[in-house]
Amino acid sequence: MNKKLFALLSLLAIASFVIAACGAPAATEAPAAAGDQVEVFSWWTGGGEAAGLDAMIAVFNGANPDIEFVNSAVAGGAGTNARAVLATRLQSGEPPDSWQGHAGQELIGTYVAGGQIQPLNDLYEAEGWLEVMPETLIPLISSDGNIYSVPVNIHRANVLWYNPALLEANGVEVPTNMDEWFAAMDTLEAAGVQPLALGEQWTKMHLLETVLLSTLGADAYNGLWDGTTDWGSAEVTTALENYVKVLGYANEDSASLSWQDASKLVANGDAAFNVMGDWADGYFSGDTAGNNLGLTPGEGYGWAPVPGTAGVFQFLSDSFVLAVGAPHPDAATAWLKVAGSKEGQEAFNPVKGSICARTDCDTSLFGAYLQTAMEDWSKDTVVGSLTHGVVANDSWKTEIDTALGAFIADSNIETFQSALVAACTSSGPCK
Amino acid sequence: MSKDKDRILNILLVSPSILAVFIFVYAFIGWSVRVSLSKWKGLTADYTWNGINNYLDLFRDQRFQVDIRNTLIFTGVFVIGSIVLGFILAVMLDQGLKGEGFFRSLFLFPMAISFIVTGVVWRWLMNPATGARTSGLNLLFSYLGLDFLENAWHTTPTWGMAAIALAAIWQMSGYTMALYLAGLRAIPVELREAAQIDGANELQVYRYIMLPLLSPVTLSALIILGHISLKVFDLIIAIAGKQYALDVPAIYMWQVTFDGLFYGKGAAIGILLLISVAVLIIPYIRFTLRTETEQ
Amino acid sequence: MNTNLRPGKYWLYIPLILMAVFYLLPMYVMLATGFKSFAEIDLKTMWNLPKGIAFDNYVEAWARLSPSLKNSFIMVIPATLISSALGSLNGFVLAKWKFRGADVIFPFLLFGMFIPYQSIMIPLVQFMRSVGLGGIPGLILAHIIYGIPITTLTFRNYYASLPQELLEAAKMDGADMLGIYRHILLPISLPSFVVVLIWQFTSAWNDFLFAVILTGNEDWPITVALNNMAGSQIIAWNVQMAGSLLAALPTLLVYIFLGRFFLRGLLAGSLKG
Repeated sequence: MNKKLFALLSLLAIASFVIAACGAPAATEAPAAAGDQVEVFSWWTGGGEAAGLDAMIAVFNGANPDIEFVNSAVAGGAGTNARAVLATRLQSGEPPDSWQGHAGQELIGTYVAGGQIQPLNDLYEAEGWLEVMPETLIPLISSDGNIYSVPVNIHRANVLWYNPALLEANGVEVPTNMDEWFAAMDTLEAAGVQPLALGEQWTKMHLLETVLLSTLGADAYNGLWDGTTDWGSAEVTTALENYVKVLGYANEDSASLSWQDASKLVANGDAAFNVMGDWADGYFSGDTAGNNLGLTPGEGYGWAPVPGTAGVFQFLSDSFVLAVGAPHPDAATAWLKVAGSKEGQEAFNPVKGSICARTDCDTSLFGAYLQTAMEDWSKDTVVGSLTHGVVANDSWKTEIDTALGAFIADSNIETFQSALVAACTSSGPCK
Repeated sequence: MSKDKDRILNILLVSPSILAVFIFVYAFIGWSVRVSLSKWKGLTADYTWNGINNYLDLFRDQRFQVDIRNTLIFTGVFVIGSIVLGFILAVMLDQGLKGEGFFRSLFLFPMAISFIVTGVVWRWLMNPATGARTSGLNLLFSYLGLDFLENAWHTTPTWGMAAIALAAIWQMSGYTMALYLAGLRAIPVELREAAQIDGANELQVYRYIMLPLLSPVTLSALIILGHISLKVFDLIIAIAGKQYALDVPAIYMWQVTFDGLFYGKGAAIGILLLISVAVLIIPYIRFTLRTETEQ
Repeated sequence: MNTNLRPGKYWLYIPLILMAVFYLLPMYVMLATGFKSFAEIDLKTMWNLPKGIAFDNYVEAWARLSPSLKNSFIMVIPATLISSALGSLNGFVLAKWKFRGADVIFPFLLFGMFIPYQSIMIPLVQFMRSVGLGGIPGLILAHIIYGIPITTLTFRNYYASLPQELLEAAKMDGADMLGIYRHILLPISLPSFVVVLIWQFTSAWNDFLFAVILTGNEDWPITVALNNMAGSQIIAWNVQMAGSLLAALPTLLVYIFLGRFFLRGLLAGSLKG
């Protein structure tokens, strides 16, 4: 009996090893087909992001029928898992042809400094993108005059979402500056309403960047990132004091909520306000079959710039790059052309719930909120987001995140501010 | 001579494994040590000598102190909880009740599940919301009229880690139960009966006869659970994401290395983790070898 | 078997059943949520039974996970069998054949069991790529190598607990080393094999860290695919829970059906400290 079993086991072992050896092609092996391929790496694996990517892939396949599109997407933690995998691949000299990254310092500080991505100025010239993309965007995705990525979409970070019915029932107007906001939240709190919904740590960083912008104004906020505003100054102290105050109105269980859980509190009338990027619009208004909330814009939920930031558009953008040493440079360029094209962006953005980086997209494709965002994008002052990689490189952002974590735990403004000063010195432009 | 032939065979049989472990464990550790002594920051490898500065930075780092505190809390609650619970379950199942097999499988099955899945479910169970939005176990407690049990779970300041440890106990206590049960079954019945004839009651038999005899089992469990708890990573991520209050060295290392690109500092955290594991393991290995040679 | 049921022990069922509830609560949440529609999912109503038994979520989860389920099996079976076989051979050599250096080699291997994998992650990836082992073969290799210490330890302890006379007798009959292993030890190794196979199967199946850094999207095992079901924005918890159950099913079945043997194997001296 046992002998038979062991014979069987050994047979199995040998058989499965053979199967594994021939049946599993190595990840790096090119397909036997004569056609070209392009491998694109992203962290769009679910919801509107994945659907938008699929729509853009469809456009790509239509234009390049003989190129196979290899979609390498890794999910989890707003791209942190994906970035870890990407980092190991780049270090071992096995880059994908193109990958997704947040436009701005996240790309420049990481991949330009590491000599991993190629300038795309010629492509911009040839495709005429400089004429259709906002002027304010170009410097943010450039370094030393070289443009390094093709932005596909624009999101806005400084949006205040609110529950219109709750505000009305408590006689509260939509606040336009910090003091009005505090007063509104006091009124709500006195009426037994949870004033502010907040989620896990990164959503608190998101809130922090909007409060910094509101308190300092656009110019001084930009100065934080180019070294002209002192992190140790009194105005930053004021901003941090405001921030502590805002945190005081938030739900106690924020640490255990995702951003969606927090948005849902506003949608259900369990909380009045929430500060989140405008991807929340897709969650509020998208249809329930796609696991969204299916609310009517303006009735089920309302939006405004974060109090004190009207006229300023705090943006972030997903963009694609061309790898140095890309295995299929021509196919990769073909992909970037689609990513920057009107057709590609019009396919992607309405599904993803963002606006085009190009200014010539058809507004009728977009919902109520996004149309207002398009209008603001064309006229507002543009500043970059911290949480989503525009204004600070990854190292700096990680240090700020650590300082913020300590601050959430002990609420000590002084320690927090000195940690912010230190972070700017060690990883930012402050010397 | 056949002796020589056997020796050569021995060496041939074990050398592939030894070589593989040498490269994949020791050479890689050496490489990591080298990185931890460098100034490497960013995507491009940079082996500029930095001495022990990365380590010094960590010891000055407030966050790392929080990590150490959290690890100690987690390890304490998880290891002691799993061992105590596992032992109690094993003793109950040792009474020869009907349905033993059913209960045994039931207590053992969480081991089969990945920490990612466990974390997803426990994230729901340990929802700390209060008032109208009460949910998870807290809601269950209020259904049962056990309101005094409601708590903030992993969002409790300082002791939040203990809640994460509870999920880990759920997953691993069945394993310690299996170890103890196997150990109990290996103890000759005569010993029990002799003690009972001497007038010891059931509890005393377990306390004075069984427990000392089971000390090798306890030690094995301690080591296995201890090193799992030092490496805990995906469970915390799945329950609570990355947040400062529930930070542990493994998460800090991931963030520092892959989000922040401080490779030198990340490698230093990895090496410190390794040293703490070694402090736990090496005495165990020596003790194991010594007791064997005594036998 | 200890079947001397003493009367008056029935009260023990009370704590046992309470503990059973504690162990089953998370499973209940997983199952109930898996059968709910997205509209039904709310933290406030998590304890409610689903309105109906709909398999939609399972169908959707299956559609998304089945390719990687295959990958998991292709990866786990050879990794488990090979690392167990190697462990058995190593354990035999280290336990029964005292050669110079055996006492050095054992702790050397044992220590490998306990390393935090984060500390070897980057060299591992660079090594795998430099030798051209991508995807599943690379993952199999990693699981085999990092499995060697624990499988070796288990077998060594088991073989060391066997009476020396067993071998002496065989030696007298003129059996050589391999003969002894093949005819004397292998036939009685089944209990340890079961323990090691279950252990390795579970850890390779549930591994996320190695999988995510070593495989591309063509050959993801199920843990990575499960993680990918959650986008960075919208998480469909009902499908996620259904998928979690699917991902856990093979290991659960192994435990439910082989749990008895696992225990027996532990009993057979595999855990002597």
